[in-house]
Amino acid sequence: MTLRAPARLLGGLLLAAPAALPAQALVVVDPAGPVRTVTEALARVAPGGRINVRAGNYSEPVIRVAVPVTIVGDSGAVFVGGDHEIFVVTADDVTFRGLTLRHVEPSYVEDRAAILFDSVANCVVEDSRLEGTFFGIYLSRSRGCRISRNVVQGTSTAEMSAGNAIHLFHSRDVTVDGNRVTGHRDGIYLEFAEDARVIGNLSTGNLRYGLHFMFSHRCEYRDNRFVNNGAGVAVMYTRSMLMQGNTFADNWGAASYGLLLKEIRDSRILGNSFRENTVGMYLEGSARNEVTGNTFEANGWAVRVLADAEGNRFARNVFLRNSFDVSTNSRSNVSTFRGNYWDHYEGYDLDHDGFGDVPFHPVRLFSLLVAQHEPSLILLRSFFVDLLDAAERVMPVLTPETLRDDRPLMRVPA
Amino acid sequence: MTEPAVAAPAVEFRALRKRFGRLTALDGVDIRLGAGRVTALVGPNGAGKSTLIKCLLGLVRPDEGSIVLAGATLDGGFEYRRGLGYMPQAPRFPDNLTGREVVDMLRDLRGHAAATDGELLDWFGESGALDRPVRVLSGGTRQKLNAAIAFLFRPALLILDEPTAGLDPVASGILKDKIRRVRDAGATVVLSSHLIAELEELAEDLVFLVEGKIRYAGPLAGLKARTGETGLERAMAALLTRGGA
Amino acid sequence: MTTTVRVLKYELHNVVRSRAVLVYTLFLFLLTDVLFRFGGEGARVVLSLLNVVLLFVPLVSVVFGTMYVYSAREFTELLLAQPVGRRSLFAGLYLGLALPLAGAFLLGVGLPFAIHAKAEAALWGPLSMLFAGGLLLTFVFTAVAMLLAILFDDRAKGLGGAILIWLGCAVLYDGVILLLITMFREYPLERPVLALTLLNPIDLGRVLLLLQFDTAALMGYTGAVFEKFFGTSLGRVTVLLALAVQATVPLLLASRVFRRKDF
Repeated sequence: MTLRAPARLLGGLLLAAPAALPAQALVVVDPAGPVRTVTEALARVAPGGRINVRAGNYSEPVIRVAVPVTIVGDSGAVFVGGDHEIFVVTADDVTFRGLTLRHVEPSYVEDRAAILFDSVANCVVEDSRLEGTFFGIYLSRSRGCRISRNVVQGTSTAEMSAGNAIHLFHSRDVTVDGNRVTGHRDGIYLEFAEDARVIGNLSTGNLRYGLHFMFSHRCEYRDNRFVNNGAGVAVMYTRSMLMQGNTFADNWGAASYGLLLKEIRDSRILGNSFRENTVGMYLEGSARNEVTGNTFEANGWAVRVLADAEGNRFARNVFLRNSFDVSTNSRSNVSTFRGNYWDHYEGYDLDHDGFGDVPFHPVRLFSLLVAQHEPSLILLRSFFVDLLDAAERVMPVLTPETLRDDRPLMRVPA
Repeated sequence: MTEPAVAAPAVEFRALRKRFGRLTALDGVDIRLGAGRVTALVGPNGAGKSTLIKCLLGLVRPDEGSIVLAGATLDGGFEYRRGLGYMPQAPRFPDNLTGREVVDMLRDLRGHAAATDGELLDWFGESGALDRPVRVLSGGTRQKLNAAIAFLFRPALLILDEPTAGLDPVASGILKDKIRRVRDAGATVVLSSHLIAELEELAEDLVFLVEGKIRYAGPLAGLKARTGETGLERAMAALLTRGGA
Repeated sequence: MTTTVRVLKYELHNVVRSRAVLVYTLFLFLLTDVLFRFGGEGARVVLSLLNVVLLFVPLVSVVFGTMYVYSAREFTELLLAQPVGRRSLFAGLYLGLALPLAGAFLLGVGLPFAIHAKAEAALWGPLSMLFAGGLLLTFVFTAVAMLLAILFDDRAKGLGGAILIWLGCAVLYDGVILLLITMFREYPLERPVLALTLLNPIDLGRVLLLLQFDTAALMGYTGAVFEKFFGTSLGRVTVLLALAVQATVPLLLASRVFRRKDF
């Protein structure tokens, strides 16, 4: 208090004589106080100082942050945008905490965001709420930033007029953790964003992807939940990824999947859970990936591997109650399945080593039929179709002979 | 033992015709069965005896003609069967019910309030047969149950299809006595049988059917007189070879 | 009505005590119980029971039903000679046959669920559809059994017909659908296929369970057309209604034949 009282006094003086006064370590913005806008506060705050925003509605032109500063909102401090950004940050070491940002109108010509970081380092956005903003938090050419525990809630209903909740472009070493993102085009979007960590977020109800990587090498995402998005997660043109402990659920639709891997190499997909997706995991043109210890439960198609995917290794995964375990589009196959648990497996284990004594062929003839004649899907679980499948299993003619698990597990691994 | 009197109905078949596909079972049957008399239906296999009986029971619907029972024409209703007792030729009862349950079921089904005639039922029930599942009973015992059921509701019209088939001589005698007694009490009895002795013992009138047509209808004695034969068997054979007389 | 109830009462006694019904109940019980002991939780057991319900229940219903009606033929004649109407007698005979089989199914499958299954909300959907499917299929195929046994006096014909109809519904029908789909691949086939499915009781039962277990797959491809139709409550009611119609039609036919038949 002893510090604050003179500061306020000083603020009063500044108002009376605005020119050339020493910058302050703390500036308070209050709708009823001497400093009523953040723009004003930024002009007074010392580099590395702090701006405290009291409760109230603030509607300012674009707020340009060009000095290192920490902007903290009291509960009820609300910034309302319009047809422009709310904050544009061009300085390093800027932190936003506890703000509420509302209403940034969609634009068809620019990626208009609630907070835009342009070519900065060490930025932070945490514990804030973004509601009805076109793009939410946008990092361009930035590094070492952290986006934590925010709620980014969009109201988009059409993909064309929707932006991404958290958007990283050409950025490095960014952490995105503990956020809840919903109602956008992509929940979290990374393009040319390397060494990013995406951890413990919930992404749900987004129009396109819950999480979307493009050309973003060496990233990891762990322990996130992707539920009921247009599709769960798309990872494209990327290598050396770690995807671990995530949940992909309820992604339903004709072109919908839990996880789409397109041109992905040398990545690890470990201990994830795929539940009730139309397609659990979709691999196209992807190679040398390790898919281990995941659970695929009650998906339409648990895993779909296209013929151009090669050298992917599936082990210790658990397949439960999927309509189709594995499907593919060719008789040739160069991915390996070994030591997985398949609930459709009907073999035996006479030597009690925990592995079935006869191989399991996870690709059913019926899945090929459905791929060629879609309406035949209605015959799913028909006894006639089971007969066809059984015949094909005995003597594979149409299904890839090499796509099989020679050591199917007899029990769900602990 | 005397039976309580019942009002015997006369049975009239009028121009009864029935075809099964190409087969003519009844070809204009026109007879009147006397009230309070025992009439035997005889004839070679396939002559139409069963069909005639089934028409009377309502199991088969005639194509043409009508049946008049005690002055009333049968019209497809089922109330008239209250006064009917039927002993089918090859009875099969639900395997897992006991005799008692079968009897109870029929009693229930008729909603029969009036006094029943338990004489044959008691006879059948000797040695505990009533409480055993029907499937373990011998053919003869089953036939006893069949007879007991037919007489149970004091019918005024009894229809008996080969009544003594499968019965031992003692049982057969008891049944025949019973038939005579209900006749004496005023019931009309229609029976079919292949046993000449049985016919001679029981029947007063005889209806001789061949290929759905009546060759003879009248008193037993009249048939012998007409054919000039002394034995019933020969008389019937004569009727069959000589054609309609 | 009272006649129906009276006939039903004794028919129930009789059929319930029949060894075949006992064996049927026991088989269903043991199978379900074993599935629980080896497979574990409820939803997976329902899934394993799918083929039992779709194949075994109709087979037992139609074959046992046909044989039973034939074996009761003479007694039925005796009953017909009693002062009762044919219509109510028929109703009593049908219910006396269908209800014990339905009860056997309920008991045989239901009891293990009562013993083993945890009462989770997620299980109610699949379980109720399993029972709805099993019971309706029982009613459909006992009605077919009645029709066949009354229509044909020749037992071999009736029993052969029963097995043929089962084979047709359970296996061949789907083969024909598949054939049509591959033959007319250039046409939009979703709706015709949908209509064909509505005509086969076993397919309908299957669809009821598909909606519980394979929604994710049905949402893919043009499958969404099926999901859109069947997945709504309207679709579900349509399926149940269609099954009810499929039980009613053979039943009404059988009743009509029964009333006009010469025994």
